[in-house]
Amino acid sequence: MLKIETNINLYNVKYELTRQGYGEGILEAGYRNRNVIALGADITSSVKVDMFRDAFPDRFFNLGIAEQNQIGIAAGLSLLGKIPFVTNYGVFLAGRAWDQIRTTVCYGNLNVKLGGAHGGISVGPDGATHQALEEISIMRCLPNMKVVVPADYYETKKAAIAAAEIYGPIYIRFGREKVPVVTDEYTPFEIGKAYCLRDGSDLAIIACGVMVYESLLAAEKLAKEGISAMVINNHTIKPLDKDTILEAAQKTGAVVTAEEHQLAGGMGSAVLEVLCQEYPVPVRMVGVNDRFGESGDADTLMKAFGLNSDSIVKAAKDVLSIKKRANN
Amino acid sequence: MLNLEQLQEKAKQLRISILNMLHEAGSGHPGGSLSAIDVLTVLYYDVMNHDPKNPQWEERDRFILSKGHIAPALYSVLADCGYFDSSELKTLRKYGSILQGHPCMQKTPGVEVSSGSLGQGLSIATGLALGAKIDNRSFRVYCMMGDGETQEGQIWEAAMAAGHYKLDNLCAIVDFNGLQIDGKVENVMNINPYKEKWLAFNWNVVEIDGHNMADIREAFYRAKEFKTKPTVIIARTIKGKGVSFMENDAQWHGKAPNDEELRLALSELDA
Repeated sequence: MLKIETNINLYNVKYELTRQGYGEGILEAGYRNRNVIALGADITSSVKVDMFRDAFPDRFFNLGIAEQNQIGIAAGLSLLGKIPFVTNYGVFLAGRAWDQIRTTVCYGNLNVKLGGAHGGISVGPDGATHQALEEISIMRCLPNMKVVVPADYYETKKAAIAAAEIYGPIYIRFGREKVPVVTDEYTPFEIGKAYCLRDGSDLAIIACGVMVYESLLAAEKLAKEGISAMVINNHTIKPLDKDTILEAAQKTGAVVTAEEHQLAGGMGSAVLEVLCQEYPVPVRMVGVNDRFGESGDADTLMKAFGLNSDSIVKAAKDVLSIKKRANN
Repeated sequence: MLNLEQLQEKAKQLRISILNMLHEAGSGHPGGSLSAIDVLTVLYYDVMNHDPKNPQWEERDRFILSKGHIAPALYSVLADCGYFDSSELKTLRKYGSILQGHPCMQKTPGVEVSSGSLGQGLSIATGLALGAKIDNRSFRVYCMMGDGETQEGQIWEAAMAAGHYKLDNLCAIVDFNGLQIDGKVENVMNINPYKEKWLAFNWNVVEIDGHNMADIREAFYRAKEFKTKPTVIIARTIKGKGVSFMENDAQWHGKAPNDEELRLALSELDA
């Protein structure tokens, strides 16, 4: 298991935009490889593709408000060796163009990169229509697709750069709001390789996206009560790092998963698919439980929907009581 | 290069190949395959630059079959051109075959992209044409759709984009046979006025008899010469063309001929 020491002060953490990381990532990818192309969808500045557009005006094409066509054009470009990044709000990108992603991109195993912006309920005031809570499920079930949910600004930037350097379809999910920075410029990042951000022995919290920070916060709170929680940053939902997940379960004997996404089919489900078959341990899942979001500011919504460290602490205690009963 | 008579003879042989293939498979789509085969014949034996011995030749013209269900028509052409051995045709739709029910780029040499979910091909072709423009490459991109297929909204998203980016290296063909599974296109969901739609999306439009080899050849020539706009060739065709009992009958959209029907069909074509 890869272990990465973090010495951030959880109570005085820097906040940055993951979409800024994405925009800088594809810009960097554009400098590294002239085949990288960006396709716009009328929300170019909002999803931070404007930096790429301004640096490489000949390699940026706005396609207006037409998600399905955007995917098809990316597919055509990829057939010529181009590396197109399709960036759009995740709810429309993954949902509205799902069949195009399935049948044209994934069935053909085409080298198309998908940037799903404004993921999760933290999109806030726009409400349920714009809060993507299902993309992980509907993207990870597609053969040939990879799915990455980076934890913060730096990781989103690295994911975008890495996406351009590996072959095949990939979906990168990031959010709208500034979120705590839990990694730094030098933290190693490899698609498909989860890592341990905090070691522990009583249970493992396996998280992705902004819930990685909430998990670290929860682990800190649990420590004060004498509970030792491991925290895994499981940024790649597919291909899943089974070895790290199994090692975490074997070492601790109890698991909590945490994600800003529907529980059905998401990151937690992917983890359970491994654990149930290979090494069953008591599990509690933190996520959105089969309901749509609503308007509100991001912090209020995260609390209201149980997507914070307090929910993780509660889930940890629940799972430990099950583990204890099982051991008695 | 084949002359008009030879093109007609080639199309007849390809019709026989399509019918044999579908009969052997026991399922598939004869109606649209037979309506489109004359246009496909002109494309592959006259218009397009391509090399069956080198399917990945970078400067080849690209053909995207958006109406993927007429795969048998495409397979008959690809086999005859030499992309793969003709003996494969009898494996159509069977387990382990390189010839899937709908085109699969991973399995079949000469298939540019997988298709079958209607409405997606024109976007892919637009991406190819845009990519060619980016790098100043001279190959052309062809995309065949069905008339019923253009009920799909994505077709018009692509049409808008290709017109917007003035992709004159793109040529779409609508195999306008007037029928879809539930009946006449105009009754199921009217797509008329049709030519005007494409004109409104900033396309050059050429309307032809899609079974007249001279017309077809002329249309592709005119498309190539036309600058600053993509061209759509509206090919007026007859569903099931060449087999009297299949012609203009929507029932033959997706049904394979049985032994007797095959015998009858082949006797008509050989006559």
